[in-house]
Amino acid sequence: MRRVGIVGIGQTRFGELWEHSLRQLVTEAGMKAILGCKVAGEEIDALYVGTMASGQFVNQELIAPMVLDAAGLADLHIPTTHVEGAGASGAMALRQAYLAVASGNLDVAIAGGVEKTTDVPDKEVTRILGAASDQEWEAFFGATDPALHALIARAHMQEYGTTREQLAAVSVKNHRNGAKNPDAHFQREVDAETVMASKMVADPLRVFDIAPISDGAAAAVLVPWEDAASFAEDPVEILASGQGSDSLSVSARGNLTSFGSTRHAADQAYRQAELSAEDVDVAEVHDAYTINEIIGIEDLGFAEPGQGGPFVVDGKADVDGDVAVNPSGGLKSRGHPPGATGVAQAVELVRQLRGDAKGRQVGDARVGLACNTGGTGVVSVVHLLGVAE
Amino acid sequence: MTVPRFWREQPQRYRLVGATCTVCDRVFFPPRTVCPSCRRESVGKVEERQLSGRGTVRSWTVVHDPAEGFELQVPYVMAIIELEEGCQTVGQVVDVEPDEVETGMPVRMVFRKIREDGAGGVIYYGFKFRPVA
Repeated sequence: MRRVGIVGIGQTRFGELWEHSLRQLVTEAGMKAILGCKVAGEEIDALYVGTMASGQFVNQELIAPMVLDAAGLADLHIPTTHVEGAGASGAMALRQAYLAVASGNLDVAIAGGVEKTTDVPDKEVTRILGAASDQEWEAFFGATDPALHALIARAHMQEYGTTREQLAAVSVKNHRNGAKNPDAHFQREVDAETVMASKMVADPLRVFDIAPISDGAAAAVLVPWEDAASFAEDPVEILASGQGSDSLSVSARGNLTSFGSTRHAADQAYRQAELSAEDVDVAEVHDAYTINEIIGIEDLGFAEPGQGGPFVVDGKADVDGDVAVNPSGGLKSRGHPPGATGVAQAVELVRQLRGDAKGRQVGDARVGLACNTGGTGVVSVVHLLGVAE
Repeated sequence: MTVPRFWREQPQRYRLVGATCTVCDRVFFPPRTVCPSCRRESVGKVEERQLSGRGTVRSWTVVHDPAEGFELQVPYVMAIIELEEGCQTVGQVVDVEPDEVETGMPVRMVFRKIREDGAGGVIYYGFKFRPVA
């Protein structure tokens, strides 16, 4: 396996971007990534695009070649691949690009992620996102995606005493961080009272526990680490990549309070990089629901099982805490275009590791971790990024 | 959902027919054809198994923002039910006030209408759970 670096990154603003089409969004992110480094079209060996459901959101399949075409590269006939893993589609695309370059088979690979969710009515959005749950044995009976996460949240509360206030603290922290991120969907702070008084969706989860579904795109250019300096002045290395899966149904699992997919992905990544949770300075952790971040903090080893809530409440996940968790604002505040989120997490880590994160910069960030999850912990991807000492 | 897709699952949805691995006696709901414990040894040795429908609430939520087709049922209770055979399923808990549902509550399966596809569409039936009196 070769060492791999990220030499270019790009991201659109996330939000309800009525004036932009999927094509425009993904082209904007992709061109930012390409213009940010010295890579010529002729040098690109492959493109991997993560989208959850463009076939349903904009009725467009063959999304990966469409992205290539939109970037003006169709005449080069570069191979393109669409990667799908619901909310983890982006990180899965990044991982495919990473594996291709690490293997030595390809030299320059681009990972992109995009979702255009606001071209269908809200009710359709709910149905499309709900397709990531088990249609026959969960959704059929009326279980929505928030309901399934509420079942997980309640189990965590009952097993460990996790509180409603601890869930709210995740939302408050991520909004505080997102308020300083010019790319974020919601750039304003909220207080715990607002979170806990917001509309109930599926008890105990309220509207402010749940990430918005956004439009947006992100992209990254990957090259062999040994060549990285010739493409950019400030490359960031992908130290490791791990991925795991679990049952499609939550109810098929004995353990409701931990995601085996995340633990599997994290074990792989830590082993590959010969690092542990203590080495991580900054982490982008999937928080589609506040309970996800609490469980993620535990599964990634930042806190013991059951201690994820106190970890957040005690400020250990703050930008100046033990591990800065979601300095970008996370899915909750930066927004969640399902296909783009995983790539956007890597974009944030690159900014943090380069020292370019401005008002939300984590001090002396050397090692970053991204954890991107699809469905109710059905798939999970963990990447470790770092800069040379 | 197309009619054939629904019909295929009727034994499970109407009567809670699961499956059991005859190698290790593990019981599954919904049914599966390969046992995750015995894997290759289980091929061809997993059989249908009628479940009792008795179980307990393992985790629950009150849904206020409903799935499509469930608008008239809000607020409704969704739960993970641990069946007495050792497997689990997701289902609604009915015939109880939402604030009376609690973890560990004994329930049994009942046959109910789940939802319908509009005024002239298919009516879907299946199991829900209610507290054991």
